[in-house]
Amino acid sequence: MKTSAWLLTLSALLLLAVLASVAWGSAQLDVAQVWAIVRGQVLQRIGVVVTPDWPVQHFQIVWMIRLPRVLMAMLVGAGLALVGVVMQAVVRNPLADPYMLGVSSGASVGAVSVLAWGVFAAAGLYAIAAGAFIGALAATVLVYLLAQQGGRIPPARLILSGVAVGYMLMGVTSLIVITSGQRDLASALMTWTMGSLASTQWTALGLPAAVLLAGMALLLAQARQLNALLAGDETAATLGVAAEGLRRQLFVVVSLLTGVMVAVSGAIGFVGLVIPHITRMLVGCEHRRVLPVSALLGALFLVLVDGAARTWFAPMEIPVGVITAFIGGPFFIAMLWRRAAREER
Amino acid sequence: MLRAQGLCWGAGGRQIVRDAALHVEVGECVGLIGPNGCGKSTLLRILYRVLAPQRGQVWFEGQDIWRMEPRAFARQTAVLAQASATAFDSTACEAVMLGRLPHQGRFAADSAQDRRMVHESLARVGAAGLAGQRMSTLSGGERQRVLLARALAQEPRLLFLDEPTNHLDIRYQLELMRLVRGLGITVLVVLHELNIAAQFCDRLYLMQAGALVASGTPRAVLTPEAIHGAFGVRSVVDEHPITGRARIAYWMDAHDNE
Repeated sequence: MKTSAWLLTLSALLLLAVLASVAWGSAQLDVAQVWAIVRGQVLQRIGVVVTPDWPVQHFQIVWMIRLPRVLMAMLVGAGLALVGVVMQAVVRNPLADPYMLGVSSGASVGAVSVLAWGVFAAAGLYAIAAGAFIGALAATVLVYLLAQQGGRIPPARLILSGVAVGYMLMGVTSLIVITSGQRDLASALMTWTMGSLASTQWTALGLPAAVLLAGMALLLAQARQLNALLAGDETAATLGVAAEGLRRQLFVVVSLLTGVMVAVSGAIGFVGLVIPHITRMLVGCEHRRVLPVSALLGALFLVLVDGAARTWFAPMEIPVGVITAFIGGPFFIAMLWRRAAREER
Repeated sequence: MLRAQGLCWGAGGRQIVRDAALHVEVGECVGLIGPNGCGKSTLLRILYRVLAPQRGQVWFEGQDIWRMEPRAFARQTAVLAQASATAFDSTACEAVMLGRLPHQGRFAADSAQDRRMVHESLARVGAAGLAGQRMSTLSGGERQRVLLARALAQEPRLLFLDEPTNHLDIRYQLELMRLVRGLGITVLVVLHELNIAAQFCDRLYLMQAGALVASGTPRAVLTPEAIHGAFGVRSVVDEHPITGRARIAYWMDAHDNE
C-alpha cells in the first residue's frame, strides 16, 4: 500500500474512532448524534445558524466533557509516537521509548515541582509545561551520557540507564508530591506516574496542538537527516550530516514534545515504543513516511485506549497508562525475544 | 586531487598516525596497505573528513577540507566504509537514495534526477534487480554492492574505500575490485590482502606503526624485504602469469618470530 493510501485510511479511521469514542460512556449516545452535535457546533462557530434537535445534556456531554478529552488523547498519542520515532533514530535502537528511558519521568518531576512549589504557578499550564520540558531535557541528557561507552551506545546499557534514571525520578516525583502538603496534588500522584486524560478542558488543547504541529514541521524538515542517523554517525558524516549537532537539536525537540505531553496527561508509557515499531512494519524505515504515519497511528491508538480506560471498568475509571502498560509490556518482551532469536542465528 | 601533509593523530597517549603525507592524482587507484592496527583506517578517516587531524592538513583540489562545507565535500567525495549492523531494515532502493542527501533540499521530494541516479547507480554495480529487497535479506557481497551504489549516487569524483573486500569470498573480492576499477572514478582504498592491492592499484602506500614507510608502484613497494619488515613474514614476489601484476606467496619458517 502506498504511503498516501495509509495516510488517508488512518485519517478516516481516526475520525471514526474519535466519534465512536465520544459516543461511548455511561450515557450511551450513537455516533450519528455525536456527528450531528459536533458538526452543528463547528458550523455555528463559523456563523451558520443551526437549530439543535438534541437534548442540551447530550450537547454538554459531547461538546464540553468528552470531545476535548478525546482530542487530547489524539494530540498526546501523536506526540508520544513522534517522540518514540525520534528517540529510536537518535540512539539507533528500536527499543527506545520516552517512558522507558526516563524522559517522561523527568518531565513529571519538572511538572510537579512547579505545582508543589508554585514558583511559576501563576502562569498555569505554560509554567507546568516549561517545568516538564526542563525536567525532560535534563533526564534525556543524563541518560544519554550514562549510556555512552567510548562513543557508542550499547542497547543493554541504554535501557538499564534509562530504567535506573526513570525509577529514581519517579521516586523524586512521589517525594515532592507527598511532602508538598497539598492534598489535591497527592491525589493526582497516579496521574503523574501512570498518565491520565481525565477532566481535560478545551483551553488545555491549544498548547499541545501548537507544539505538536511545530514539532512535526521541524522533524519533517530533518527527515532525511534522521534517515542518515539510522545508518550510523560515520555514514551520516560522509553524507554531510553532523550527527552530534543534529542529536543535540533533536534532544531539545524531543524534550519539548515530551514535556508538553506529560504536562497535560502525565507519563503515559509505551506509546512511543509500540507505535513506531508497527509503523515501520507497515511503511518501512524512511522517516518522511514514518513520521506522519506514526503520528496518525499514535493518535488512533491513544483515542481507542483512552476510550477503553474510561468505559471498561465503569463507573470506575483507570489511568490510561495502565492499559498502555498492559499492551506495551508484552510487546516489548516479544521484541526482546525476536532480537535474541535473530542474534543467535 | 587529494593532498595531505604532516598528518598526526593520537589518542590515550598513543600516536596512531605520525607525520603522514600522501597524494592522489585524478584517475588513479591508490592503495593503502599495512598490518592490522597500523593506523591505516584512522588515516583514511582523517582524509575523508570524519576525524580532524591534530596536526597537518588535507587539501581536496587545493581547498583545505576543514574549510569546506560538509555538504559540499559530500557532493564530491563518497565513502564505502566497513558496514556496521543496524536494527533498522530499509530497502536497497532507500539505502541508495540516502546517497542523494547532500544534493537534496530540506523539504524537496525526491526529484526525477534523484530517482534516475539511484537506478543508474544500482545498475552500475549490477544490483538493479535488488532495488526493492530489504537489506537484511541480502548476502554480504550484495550488501556491499548496494552500499557502493549509495556512494555512487553521491556522484563523487573521489571515492574512499575502507577494506571493502573484508569478509567476502574471493570471487566477490575480485568482482568488487574489478567493478571499482571500472567506474572511472579516482579511488583511495585501504586493503589488507596484498595480492588484491597488487592486482588493482596503480600506486601503493605501505603503512607501519602509524607512519607511511614506502610508496610507489606495487612492484616497487611489495618487495620481500618490505613485506617482512611490515608483516613479519617471508615471501617471494614474482609475476602473475596471466595478469602480469606482482604476485606474492608467503611462508613462515618454524623458528620465525619466536
